[in-house]
Amino acid sequence: MFNKKKLSGSKLAPYVFISPFILSLSIFLLYPLIQAFLMSFQEFQGFSQDVEWVGFENYIRLLNDSRFYKALWNVGRYTFWTLIILIPFPMLIAFLMNSKLTCFKNFFRTIYFLPVLVSSVIAGIVFRFVFSTEPGGGFNQLVGIFGFEPIAWLESSHTAMFALVIIAVWRWMGVNLIYFLSGLQGISQELYESAEVDGANAWKKFRFITVPLLKPVTLFVFTISVTAGFSLFNEAFVYWGVSSPNDIGLTIVTLIYRAAFTLGDFGYASALGVTLFLIIITVNLIQLKFLGLFKED
Amino acid sequence: MLTKLKVLKLINFLTLLILGMIIILPFVFMIVASFKPAREIFAHGLNLNLNLEMMTFNNYLALFTNRGGIYWRWFANSVLITIISTALILLFTSMVGYGLAQYKFKGRTFVFLLVLATMMVPGQILLLPLFRLITALGLMDSYLGVILPGLVPATAIFFFRQYCMGLPRDYAEAARIDGCSEGRIFWQIYVPLMKPAFGAMTILTGMNVWNDFLWPLVVLRTTENLTLPAGLLSAMTPYENNFDLLFAGSVMSVIPIVILFLFNQRAFIEGITIGGIKG
Repeated sequence: MFNKKKLSGSKLAPYVFISPFILSLSIFLLYPLIQAFLMSFQEFQGFSQDVEWVGFENYIRLLNDSRFYKALWNVGRYTFWTLIILIPFPMLIAFLMNSKLTCFKNFFRTIYFLPVLVSSVIAGIVFRFVFSTEPGGGFNQLVGIFGFEPIAWLESSHTAMFALVIIAVWRWMGVNLIYFLSGLQGISQELYESAEVDGANAWKKFRFITVPLLKPVTLFVFTISVTAGFSLFNEAFVYWGVSSPNDIGLTIVTLIYRAAFTLGDFGYASALGVTLFLIIITVNLIQLKFLGLFKED
Repeated sequence: MLTKLKVLKLINFLTLLILGMIIILPFVFMIVASFKPAREIFAHGLNLNLNLEMMTFNNYLALFTNRGGIYWRWFANSVLITIISTALILLFTSMVGYGLAQYKFKGRTFVFLLVLATMMVPGQILLLPLFRLITALGLMDSYLGVILPGLVPATAIFFFRQYCMGLPRDYAEAARIDGCSEGRIFWQIYVPLMKPAFGAMTILTGMNVWNDFLWPLVVLRTTENLTLPAGLLSAMTPYENNFDLLFAGSVMSVIPIVILFLFNQRAFIEGITIGGIKG
């Protein structure tokens, strides 16, 4: 009797715990998502309410839109660079900060975290003028020291990508550092000590204890980085608005924004949105399968 | 041996110090810019040259007094929304993360996959349908409309879930045998164990809510109701010729949150580093 009651109690409990997610998911995510999906098969007459079903026409338009591929190429490169930089380096810094050999830990943690407090818009505004074409811009003064001519940073493809990645690195280093630091707390200090007894150096400890045991956190960081990378918008918008020279700052969300809010082309905007979602899901599923999230451990 | 350790310490320190200085630099740029006339920055780019004759407090004066000091109103709105949202987000997402990690139940893997999929939905594609929904619910221009759609973010669920996976289940089993209810097991045993995760999530969700501008800008119509970032952006349209407010406004939206962070960083970040997981 007693046991049965307990059992039923704990059978219901998990559903109570997950109920906020289910509720919020259905109302504020699935419903709008289905709407966006339906809208991607419709054509809107300007900003009026008249709607026409057009089948896959928006998607066919998208597949023939060279600007879509340009935007995809831009956000793909951007995501690649943010992943290459923003996973290993914060992990290394977290490892350094956790080391017994580091003094002023609190001070550094505070400093490294400060950029997280700044919104992407404000960071974008500051960097836009530091990347100014004029010789008086911060970065041009810097390259001037090494004897280079002023560079039009935001007007050619490679330097534009550099300017975008710099903001991401500045703003996200601290976030990922915090994630990794919190992950490190789960690793017992005894592991490191016994490795030391066995004669492991700092690199070996990092490579064979820290990296493997941080895997759950790394997967998390990877997933949110892919999503954030492919849906890049704010920084590019602050740098260039909706149109940049040769589309060097064009992102998929910029295309969505333009289609929806300047052209009233809601159907095409929705098709772009659905496609972006599918791309992000695909990349993440490949990444998660490859890195092994679905293995039970 | 001792000297080798000292050299290592010094290298560690110098590496972190140089990185730290680079990280601080954009803040210096921002503060310097807030004392310069906007046309100077537009004409010559942003640099750290300090020309005292040119520098002025006028930007700040304009920010605080424009339109009857509406800056303070926006500031108060932002504080209110941030506190309420963050508290509710932490409660809901820790519940869900805990439920997913600590129980084995039918549909567990499916719900977890849903959380993962949700994390991958770019918020911008929902903007238009959500706007229609909030309008239909009659929540336009209300704080409820701003807060409601973002109350259970998947990233926070995922973080709490990952954290909880590392916590032992024995405590719950023991408490169950002693007749402790499931709610109390969560609230009195696991919430304290999750303290480091709460520390990290308080800062991160708090920052997200404070800095969000797109959604508040869509929902809030009345100028007096705007949040600080939304208000600053709306005030900075080129038509109003308000670019002088740009950098002073930026500094003044960053400073409050930096001060808050500095005062609370012990509770925030040290919560993460004083390990909550032992045994």
